[in-house]
Order: sequence, then structure tokens, then C-alpha cells
Amino acid sequence: MIDRFAGWRELVRPGDWLIVLAGFAVCIYAALHLWSAGAPDGAVVRAGGRVVAEVDLTRSRRIEVPGPLGTTYIEIEPGRARVAADPGPRQYCVRQGWLDRAGAVAICAPNEVSLTLTGRGGDYDSLNY
Amino acid sequence: MTRSTIELTPTAEDQRIARHAAAAIVLTVAEAAIPLPLPGVKPGLANIVTLVVLARWGWRDAAWVSLLRVLAGSLLLGQFLAPGFFLSLSGAIASLVMLGLAMHLPRRWFGPVSHSILAAFAHIGAQLVVARVWLVPHDGVFYLTPVFAAAAVVFGLINGLIAGRLLQEMDRRAAEGAKG
Repeated sequence: MIDRFAGWRELVRPGDWLIVLAGFAVCIYAALHLWSAGAPDGAVVRAGGRVVAEVDLTRSRRIEVPGPLGTTYIEIEPGRARVAADPGPRQYCVRQGWLDRAGAVAICAPNEVSLTLTGRGGDYDSLNY
Repeated sequence: MTRSTIELTPTAEDQRIARHAAAAIVLTVAEAAIPLPLPGVKPGLANIVTLVVLARWGWRDAAWVSLLRVLAGSLLLGQFLAPGFFLSLSGAIASLVMLGLAMHLPRRWFGPVSHSILAAFAHIGAQLVVARVWLVPHDGVFYLTPVFAAAAVVFGLINGLIAGRLLQEMDRRAAEGAKG
């Protein structure tokens, strides 16, 4: 086996190895750069239109946000976030479940709380409501 | 009416280019029969001929062989002036420009493998640009760039190794011929 490859290996000069490695580096860089779009890097929590918390999505935590109806609980986990509990009557923002894409928004309108994931390459530029 | 005859006498150089272009065209046609999962990912076996010609006879011959191969290959496959033809042509031109630069890299350090991989990258680069500007005017075409880049490294390496091996064999035979 070793003999069989020896003949081929001597065809690869030192600089060729560099070019091969550089080529793979370009592949990996391109994959990371092009295929990570949509992954969120942070969450913004608003209450009554004001930003009350801006967090990164690296570690788990719970955020309590007071609103006119009561307290909304936001749960953050690495790479995702959700509204865990909300005093609103219809629970739309809770039933949205985990948000894991940049630009995703959960709005608890009755309690005036919103949770937005930030990041490069989101699906929306902006939302008006 | 006067009879006129036009006589073309091919020089040794013409014959050499034609012979190599023919070999490259055969590889192009043979390769078209290989089923491939993704459009755009091809081994590019014909480039082995371009690499050998570049190393033995220089850039001018390599350019002739490569461009004749694109032209005749597209005619044989019914692709002439179709989008695929312009993608091949842009890739071939970009590769030739890259080879023209890469051939001046120090010989001791960089061989056919480097030339092959660099040319493959120039090839996909030009094709992506042409596809983006002309065929699919949306950044979505760049989505598969990592796959194309990986194919460029792998097939570039394999083609470069085969070209290097052929050149080695040619040198060995030339040396034997000189002895005998």
C-alpha cells in the first residue's frame, strides 16, 4: 500500500500542499459564511415599545417582563428563545414556541411585550405593527 | 471561371495542437456521459490535457487546446451558444488567465497540482459570476459555492496528479528514447 502511494506523493510538491490546504480553507470559510445565515445571535425584548433587555443566546436564562396585564416570562436557551408564559387571553406568543431564526418575532400584544431574535441574514428587514 | 485552389499546409505545431485538442474533446464527450448529482460539479478531465500541454509546450498551445475543446465539445454535445457553452467558455478563459499567472510560480515548489487547483477555482469563480450576472440574477446562486469549492479542490487535485503522472511518464520515455 505504502509503495503504491509513494509514486503519487512525490508528484505533490511542498507548495502544492499549501494550495490544497488553502483550497480546503476557502471551502470551510465559504460554508461557514454562506450557510450560517439565519442563525440568530441575540434577542431583544421590548415592553410598551421600549427595549427592556438585549441578551445574547449563549447561555440559558429567564427574563421577567412586567406589562399592564401582569408578568411575561421569556426563556432564553443557547441558539433559541421563547415566551414561556404570558397573561394575555389568547396566548399567541406562547404558542409560537421556540424561535430559532434571525428576525423571528413573538408578540404578546395584550401585555405589550415582544421578543425579537437578531442576527445577520434575517428573513425580514423590519416589521411594522 | 478560373479554378482556384486554396491549400492549407498545417505546420507541425498545428498538428500538435489538433492532436491534443482531439484528446481533450474525447474526454469532454466521455465525461458528459457520467451522471452527476449536481449541475456544475464535473471532474473536468479535459483539463488534464490542458495542464500537460501547458507544462510541455507553453501557454499559447494550452489556450488553443482549451478553447478548441470548448468550441468543438459544445458542438458535439449540442450545447453550442446555449447557456452551458458560455459557462464553459467563461470558465476556460478564467482558467487560462489563472494558469498564465500560476505557471510563473517557482517550479521547485509548485507543480501541476497547484496549477490544476488554482485553475479549477478560477473556473468556478468565473462561472458563478456569469451565472449571477446573466442566468440567475439572484445571490442564491452563491449558496452552493462551498460545494463547488470542495469539488474544485478534489477534482483539481486528482487532475493535477494525473497530469503530473503523465508528464513524468513522458519525461521517462523521452530519456529512454535518448539513450536507446
